[in-house]
Amino acid sequence: MNPTKPLPLNEGKVPGLVSKQKKRSNLLILLVILVLYIVSSLQTNSSLLRFDGEFFSNVWRMMSQMWPPQFAYAPMIWPKLMETIQMAVLSTVLAALFCIPLCLVSAQNIVRNKWIYNGMKGFLNILRTIPELILAVLFVGLFGIGVFSGILALFIFSLGILAKLMSETIEGIDNHQLEAMEATGGNRLQVIWYAVIPQILPQFASFSLYVFEINIRASVVLGFVGAGGIGLLIQQQINFLNYPAAMAVVMIIFFVVVIIDFISNKMREALL
Amino acid sequence: MNTSVLPPPKPKRWKSFWIKTVSILLFSVLIGWSILGIAGGLNIERVFSMTTIERAQTVIPQLLQLNGEQFGRIVGLIIETLAIAFTGCLMATVFSVPLGFLTAKNMMGNTWLGQVVHSFFKVWLNATRTFPEILLALIFVASIGPSPFAGVLAIAIGSTGMLGKLFGETIETVDMAVVEAMQANGANKVQILFYAILPQVIPEFLSYAIYRFEIDVRASTILGVIGAGGIGTLIVISAANRNWGEVGLIVLCIIIVVTVIDYFSAFIRRKLV
Repeated sequence: MNPTKPLPLNEGKVPGLVSKQKKRSNLLILLVILVLYIVSSLQTNSSLLRFDGEFFSNVWRMMSQMWPPQFAYAPMIWPKLMETIQMAVLSTVLAALFCIPLCLVSAQNIVRNKWIYNGMKGFLNILRTIPELILAVLFVGLFGIGVFSGILALFIFSLGILAKLMSETIEGIDNHQLEAMEATGGNRLQVIWYAVIPQILPQFASFSLYVFEINIRASVVLGFVGAGGIGLLIQQQINFLNYPAAMAVVMIIFFVVVIIDFISNKMREALL
Repeated sequence: MNTSVLPPPKPKRWKSFWIKTVSILLFSVLIGWSILGIAGGLNIERVFSMTTIERAQTVIPQLLQLNGEQFGRIVGLIIETLAIAFTGCLMATVFSVPLGFLTAKNMMGNTWLGQVVHSFFKVWLNATRTFPEILLALIFVASIGPSPFAGVLAIAIGSTGMLGKLFGETIETVDMAVVEAMQANGANKVQILFYAILPQVIPEFLSYAIYRFEIDVRASTILGVIGAGGIGTLIVISAANRNWGEVGLIVLCIIIVVTVIDYFSAFIRRKLV
């Protein structure tokens, strides 16, 4: 027997890192994604072939038309910008107030009745699935064009988010304190006031600020459907083909959002 | 000998007292300013008037009386909405992988150039995340015309901001010991990428991409409001036509589709990570 020849254990093959089964399932997933991509890009007519010279020249033409931004238009912007911020503030405050009873009722460790808290959770989930702009379309139909519809839409949308986040926070608190309060004879309200509230107050403030950030971004676009705010100005200027003014509005929004996000982030870091 | 243990002295409260007072004051000023500013435009008399009550009496029953005349069209548009979200999200995921590597501190090294590239892309991604998708869509509609393609582009750019940031943060948490081991064995950069880094990050990348798809579905339902394709177009048209039954049906369809997708996405993500 020739000693230099290796024993034919695996017919000379080295076993791979990934098993055959795993490879096959990975390939299958990749194929499914590819097929879905082809179908959806055909459906939306957005295959990679669309990124041709014409597309880039269109976008470039748009960019060059938008530049330089016409900041002379700024005095028209301030009142609407203030309105946008005020809408976001009011809807956040309303949502924060109304969220307190809702999140208590939908927390598993406060309300022990399975039907009530599961029902409330389902309700909040449904509330969150409707985008705020569609709520705004509905409310504009009901209450007419104006700030009120916008505030209501933002309020309902952010109520869903805030109540969900808060009920999850309440479910994560230290239950020993609740039990201790109950054992010493505290009633429901006392338990909530002295055992729950102190534990969730920082998170409550932090989440409210987070929802405020979301509301600022959302209130920017509510104007597209006539629910108040700065969105109306952008749409008007683009429809009038006054692109430099539209660019000025967009840039001012950009700076305001960045500043508000920065302040809110710093405050949230200090809170938690 | 006194054995009783005194509780620790109360911390000085003056500083926190001032912080609290000032923040409450600022907060009340902010709310007061908002209420005063908005009160003029609120039109409370008009909102809570007889016309609103009359309108509510006609609108709300009609909303619940689902009008299924155009059910086929609604289903088609919802599929288009999902297709916009999927195409945009996939594009963003593919783009975000290199961007994630460019924003990860541990991949760019400590050289001067690496630092500059890292901070440049970080700032760029943050800037992209500032704009709501629908604002981007408005600009794309203006430049390439109202089409689903504008929506796809807006979703893709909007998602790249978030996914690139999350991917970069994931890459920063990679176990560098594996990378060093491969380097010590003489592996080149490509081998390190495929055998040391990607296996560690792919499950989380997929999980984030699926989560972003959830958000994109919600976002693409409203893109149609400004003409960038999807179900939003029909909802604006039927609301303008006072066809409240159809609006009700569309909202119901959106609720169902979004809930189903949320459920599946949560299920897959639980299995992945």
